[in-house]
Amino acid sequence: MSNDELDLRELHNPDIPVPEEMQSNVAITSLSSLYNWGRSRSIWPMLFGLACCAIEMIATAASRYDLSRFGMEVMRATPRQSDLMIVSGTVTKKMIVPIVRLYNQMPEPKYVLAMGACASGGGPFKEGYNVVSGVDKYVPVDVYVPGCPPTPQALLHGLIMLQKKIEQQHLGVGASVPWYGAGPSESIPVPVLGPDVIDPRHAELFRREALKGRATPTVAEALGLNPEAAAETK
Amino acid sequence: MSDQVQNPVLDASGVADALVQRFPDAVKKDTRKGYEGVIIDHHKLLEVAGAIRDDYGFNYLSSLTAVDYLGMGDHMEVVYHAFRVPTGGAPLVFKAQTDRVEPTIPSLVKVYPGADFQEREAYDLYGIYFPGHPNLKRILLWDGFEGHPMRKDWKEAYYEQEHKPFDSRWPGGNVFRGEEHNPFGHNVRYPAGFNLDNFTPQTEAQFQSEMSLGVDIMGDPAFTNERLLVNLGPHHPSTHGVFRMMVQLNGETIESLEPVMGYLHRNHEKIGERNTWFGNMPFTDRLDYLSSMGNNLGYALAVEKLLGSQVKIPYRAEVIRVLMAELTRITNHLWAIGFLLNDLGAFFTPALYCIQTREYILDFFEATAGSRMMCNYMRFGGVFKDLPERIRAEALLLNDKVRDMDTMQYLKDLITERIPRSIDELDEYLSDSEIIASRCIGVGVLPADVAIANSAAGPLLRASGVPYDLRRALPYSIYPELEFDVVTRPNGDLLDRYFVRLDEMRESVRILKQILPLLEKTKGESIFGGKTSYSIKAPAGESYGMVENPKGELGYYVVSDGGGNPWRYHVRAPSFINLTTLGLMAKGHKVADVVAILGGIDIVLGETDR
Repeated sequence: MSNDELDLRELHNPDIPVPEEMQSNVAITSLSSLYNWGRSRSIWPMLFGLACCAIEMIATAASRYDLSRFGMEVMRATPRQSDLMIVSGTVTKKMIVPIVRLYNQMPEPKYVLAMGACASGGGPFKEGYNVVSGVDKYVPVDVYVPGCPPTPQALLHGLIMLQKKIEQQHLGVGASVPWYGAGPSESIPVPVLGPDVIDPRHAELFRREALKGRATPTVAEALGLNPEAAAETK
Repeated sequence: MSDQVQNPVLDASGVADALVQRFPDAVKKDTRKGYEGVIIDHHKLLEVAGAIRDDYGFNYLSSLTAVDYLGMGDHMEVVYHAFRVPTGGAPLVFKAQTDRVEPTIPSLVKVYPGADFQEREAYDLYGIYFPGHPNLKRILLWDGFEGHPMRKDWKEAYYEQEHKPFDSRWPGGNVFRGEEHNPFGHNVRYPAGFNLDNFTPQTEAQFQSEMSLGVDIMGDPAFTNERLLVNLGPHHPSTHGVFRMMVQLNGETIESLEPVMGYLHRNHEKIGERNTWFGNMPFTDRLDYLSSMGNNLGYALAVEKLLGSQVKIPYRAEVIRVLMAELTRITNHLWAIGFLLNDLGAFFTPALYCIQTREYILDFFEATAGSRMMCNYMRFGGVFKDLPERIRAEALLLNDKVRDMDTMQYLKDLITERIPRSIDELDEYLSDSEIIASRCIGVGVLPADVAIANSAAGPLLRASGVPYDLRRALPYSIYPELEFDVVTRPNGDLLDRYFVRLDEMRESVRILKQILPLLEKTKGESIFGGKTSYSIKAPAGESYGMVENPKGELGYYVVSDGGGNPWRYHVRAPSFINLTTLGLMAKGHKVADVVAILGGIDIVLGETDR
């Protein structure tokens, strides 16, 4: 945090009265709030850049925008020490395999921020044959930041939103987040590279599609568009 | 460098005529309208290419790419652009044609080692076989990928129509998402009958044993403990993005290195063929995303060449273009030096100094073009907008002194004070540092002849003592009337690459100081002399536009069939081709040095993988 003084009033639950003169020394709050307060102010992002957005992410970490004001300057190169994966750039089919593996390797609680148009939904490259239409097709995303690339201010705003999200989470089994249950939660099946990228969760779908005896239709074929007619009008 | 040019007086077209005379049954002129150069019978390609290199002095194969002429003669064509380095002058364009069904063209790796990765790319994307290539494997996609996607009859999953704007979207406005019409809800296409139950994916062990590193990790008895295969990337803090290196070590010394790329292959060229001519401009920003203005300029030059007399670039537009290109060079080299230091272990602190200065330049870009990084600023026939009167924030506070400045004053401060000061600062802090000297001197040495043979470009080539810079060798824009020197260094090691970048920034400042009075003089003049339509049509033909981008020669090879979209849109990416030399430079060094050597090449993955 940038201010050296710890302001306890940030934590204090206003429903429980504390005498005025003690407010700078005493705060009454729930364990969840205290825990989340600490957690949201010490998010360690993974040192993980994909494309153009990574440059803006680095600019955000640099002196002008200064991520360390939010307790996030400790970027870890290993997923084992990271809390947050900033997916900063176009996710390709070749890259989604390591991305899912990295996500699985991160310890819980873990968060994902989709930075920019490509990570959120494919962006300008969506139609490309090697592009995944958004990282959320494989890993759960907590915050989406629009922009191509988002400015450092936009990324900071997204990170502040993530802090707010963390502050609202509760400890306890059966709570809104998966990681306080018994045992580790299930990891995401790692995609496989075949004739195209393969999501192992689609096994049943593959069986059904294989029976149809045709290649997967393109959008034009699915919609019955006639490409030849379109080419003639050009 | 010892190549003796027999006919130094002959320029590229003279050489083309000479070749036709010398090889009458193998070489003929390319007589298609709008095309240049010669077409070589592919059976004789090796022999003729040898003559082109040795007898006519075109010793530098800059670009090699393929074109699929489906429906326009139904053949595949491989196009070569060769230069004379360091003499300069126009490139000799030669082509070889082959059948579409079993396309085969002999490999030129023996004549021009720089063809290595480019032939692999043509094999990957077009399925052209290059017999004689030492390691012909897919480079951007993975083994097992279905088909060769750049072929004209290959359709991607979200394929709607050949060309944009799509009928479904405009003018009807029937907007949908591609995944709504895919049975898997993803951007995927599988061949008929494909089923997971009878599919075995390639394992990592297979992948590694198929690499040219020659290590059998599956239990070869000769495999001693001394030899080790180390994988760096694609997630690695040193690799400047998603780049992967497979390194074979003997003890701690590198025996060989093979780069693995394609982790950011986002299909620029396929998308580029669907786009309108103009629609590709913002995509060029995202190639080398650290120097978008330079990318814009290269593409604009390529298309302007195609448009010919339809566009006339006003003088002020040229001045602004050079201003932007040189500022871009400074931002790029600042970044490169900062992150080279990062790779040497000085984590982030030197980079912070560099980024600080870079931010001031980005402020100017944002005020002028509307975006910090993705400027999309150049147009066919000029630039998008004149410089603003004042640089100010959108949400301006009352009496805001931070973001409300006179543009010319701001530029003047930047060019005469701030940038030179920060270059001097870097020089003072870094150049004499013992640590940098001990990590950089003699590391990653690239001799001049090897650099030329492997088509290295930009600071990498010039640090090997080759005074070759397209701004002088084949001038464009208003560079001929500007005073600057081509920076070279003799040793070709890491330290020299650092110094070349430092000195190039100084030369850029020198250019910018000459640009400032020109900006004042041309104030208020026109900045655009092209067509204002969004959907221009370019006359049929080919064109190769190139600029000296901060990372090296950036070339755009475009082919038009006379329509509103490129038939072929190829990017000769300096980062990609410079990587050909990585294995050579890394040999004999330690793993920690590889990271620095890679930083010294200064790659950016957006451009490497495209």
